[in-house]
Amino acid sequence: MEKAGKTIITVVGKDTVGIIARVCTYLAENKINILDISQTIVQGYFNMMMIADMAGATKSFGDCVKELEDLGGEIGVSIKCQKEEIFQKMHRI
Amino acid sequence: MINIGEVIETNEMVEQENLDVRTITLGISLLDCIDPDLQKLKRNIYEKITRVAKDLAKTGEEIEQEFAIPIVNKRISVTPMALVGGSACKTPEDFASLADTLDEAAHAVGVNLIGGYSALVSKGMTKADELLIRSIPTALTRTERVCSSVNLASTKTGINMDAVRLMGEILLEVAEKSKDRDSVDCMKLVVFCNAPDDNPFMAGAFHGVTEADAVINVGVSGPGVVKTALEKVRGESFEVLCETIKKTAFKVTRVGQLVAQEASRMLSIPFGIIDLSLAPTPAVGDSVADILCEIGLEFAGAPGTTAALALLNDQVKKGGVMASSYVGGLSGAFIPVSEDQGMIDSVQAKAITLEKLEAMTCVCSVGLDMIAIPGDTKATTISGIIADEMALGMVNQKTTAARLIPVIGKGVGDTVEFGGLFGYAPIMPVNKFSCDDFINRKGRIPAPIHSFKN
Repeated sequence: MEKAGKTIITVVGKDTVGIIARVCTYLAENKINILDISQTIVQGYFNMMMIADMAGATKSFGDCVKELEDLGGEIGVSIKCQKEEIFQKMHRI
Repeated sequence: MINIGEVIETNEMVEQENLDVRTITLGISLLDCIDPDLQKLKRNIYEKITRVAKDLAKTGEEIEQEFAIPIVNKRISVTPMALVGGSACKTPEDFASLADTLDEAAHAVGVNLIGGYSALVSKGMTKADELLIRSIPTALTRTERVCSSVNLASTKTGINMDAVRLMGEILLEVAEKSKDRDSVDCMKLVVFCNAPDDNPFMAGAFHGVTEADAVINVGVSGPGVVKTALEKVRGESFEVLCETIKKTAFKVTRVGQLVAQEASRMLSIPFGIIDLSLAPTPAVGDSVADILCEIGLEFAGAPGTTAALALLNDQVKKGGVMASSYVGGLSGAFIPVSEDQGMIDSVQAKAITLEKLEAMTCVCSVGLDMIAIPGDTKATTISGIIADEMALGMVNQKTTAARLIPVIGKGVGDTVEFGGLFGYAPIMPVNKFSCDDFINRKGRIPAPIHSFKN
C-alpha cells in the first residue's frame, strides 16, 4: 500500500464547538502528524487548513479521505483531504 | 509553505467554478496488430487495447481522490483505423466490424469514448481510406462509444475536394440513420484540416503514426475559472485583462500537468502533451461565451466578438505554455454551440450566425463545432461549409474542424436535445444559395504558396 507524504486537510462549514478536537483526535488515532494549522472566516464560514504528514499513517490515503468525509458529515462540516502537490503546482512556479 | 488563502482559492475553483480535468486520453498504437486475416486483426486489437488500458479508469479515479479534482472522462485514442484495417478489410462492412471491436474494448475497460475510427486523406484516398469513410454511417449507428474523424486538408497538401464532396454525403447518411434520435450520431463524426496527432479531445482524437506505442495526453478545462477571475477586473485596461487570463490559464494548466504526470507514473506510460483548452459544458458558469460577455460583449456574436476571442485564445496559450513544457493537441478556446449555454443563448437571441461562427474559427482553436442545421440541407451545401472551414485552416496554418449535425425532419426554429455534456441546440439557418457546380468539380485544391518553405 502506497503511503502518502504531506497532505492538506481542509474543514469548511458553520463554526461549532469541538471541530478541531474531533479532527485532531482522528488524526492522532491514525498516527497522522499535524505540521501546521491555520484558520479563517470566509463569508461567515469557518475555514480551517491543516498540513499533515501521513508518512506514518496506519491507514491508506483513500481510507483516510473517506473516513474524514464521514467524520465531517457527523459534525456537519465538509472535510477534504488532498495531497499537497495540487496547491504547490498551482501557486508556485 | 502553502497558505490557507491559496488552498481556499484552489478549492473554490473546483467547487464553484467547474474547474476539472476534462479528459485523460490514452493513445494506443495499433500498428503492431495489423494482420491480413480479419478475425485475427480483431483479436489483436481487442487484446492490445484491453491490456494497455486495463488500469486507465481505476487510475483516473485514484488521482481524482488524491487531489479532489474531478476527472470527467477517461478515453482512448487509437491509430487511424484506415491504416490498421487496410490489408484485412475488403468491404465497408469489414471496417464496420472493426468499429464493433473498438466498441467492445471500450466497454471492457470502462472508457466512455474511443477515437480513431479515422482516415487521413488530405491529399488522396487509398482504397482502404474510401472503404472506411463509406463504412462510417454503419459503424456509428451500430456502436455506442466509437468516434470517427477524417482529415480532409492540410497546409502542406491543400484540400482533397473529392473527399470533401464525399463527406457531405456521408454526413447526411449518418444523420439519416439516426433520424429517430435527432441525428445524434453526427456528434461522433468530425472533419479536420491540419488534424493534430496528439489531440485528447473527442470526437477528433486519434493516435497519430508519429506517436510512441502508448502515450498519455490530458485535456484541461476551466472557462468558469477564467470568467470568475475576469469579474474582478471589470472596466480595467486590456493589459490587466490579458494578465488575468494568462495567470488563470497558468493555474488551470498546472493542474492538468500534475494529473498527467501522476497518470503517466501510475500507468508506466509516457506523458505526451497537455491540451490547454477552454472546453465549455452546458452547465451554468462553464461557458466560453460567458467569458466573451465578461470581456464586454452583450452576446457572443456581437461586433467585436472575433477580436475578443482572438485575445482570449492567445492569452490562454501564453499562460498555458509556461505551465507545461509539452503543450499540444488543439490548445485554445472551443466554441461549440450546443455544449455552451452562453452560445445557445446567443443563437436564441439571434446574436450569432453560422457566418460569424466561421469568422470566429479563424482565431480560436478548432472550428464549427456541434452546430445543428436543418435536415433538408443539401449534401453539396454541407460540403461547401466544410470546404470553407478547411480553407481557413489551410491558409492560416492552423487546425480547423467541422462537426455539423443536419437534423433530419427538423428545421430552423426547432431545438434538438443531445443529452448530458453534449447539451441542446437550436437549429441554425444555412445560406440557401447553391455551390453545386463548385463542389462537383473533381480533384483537389492545391496547397497555398506559403506552404513551400523548403
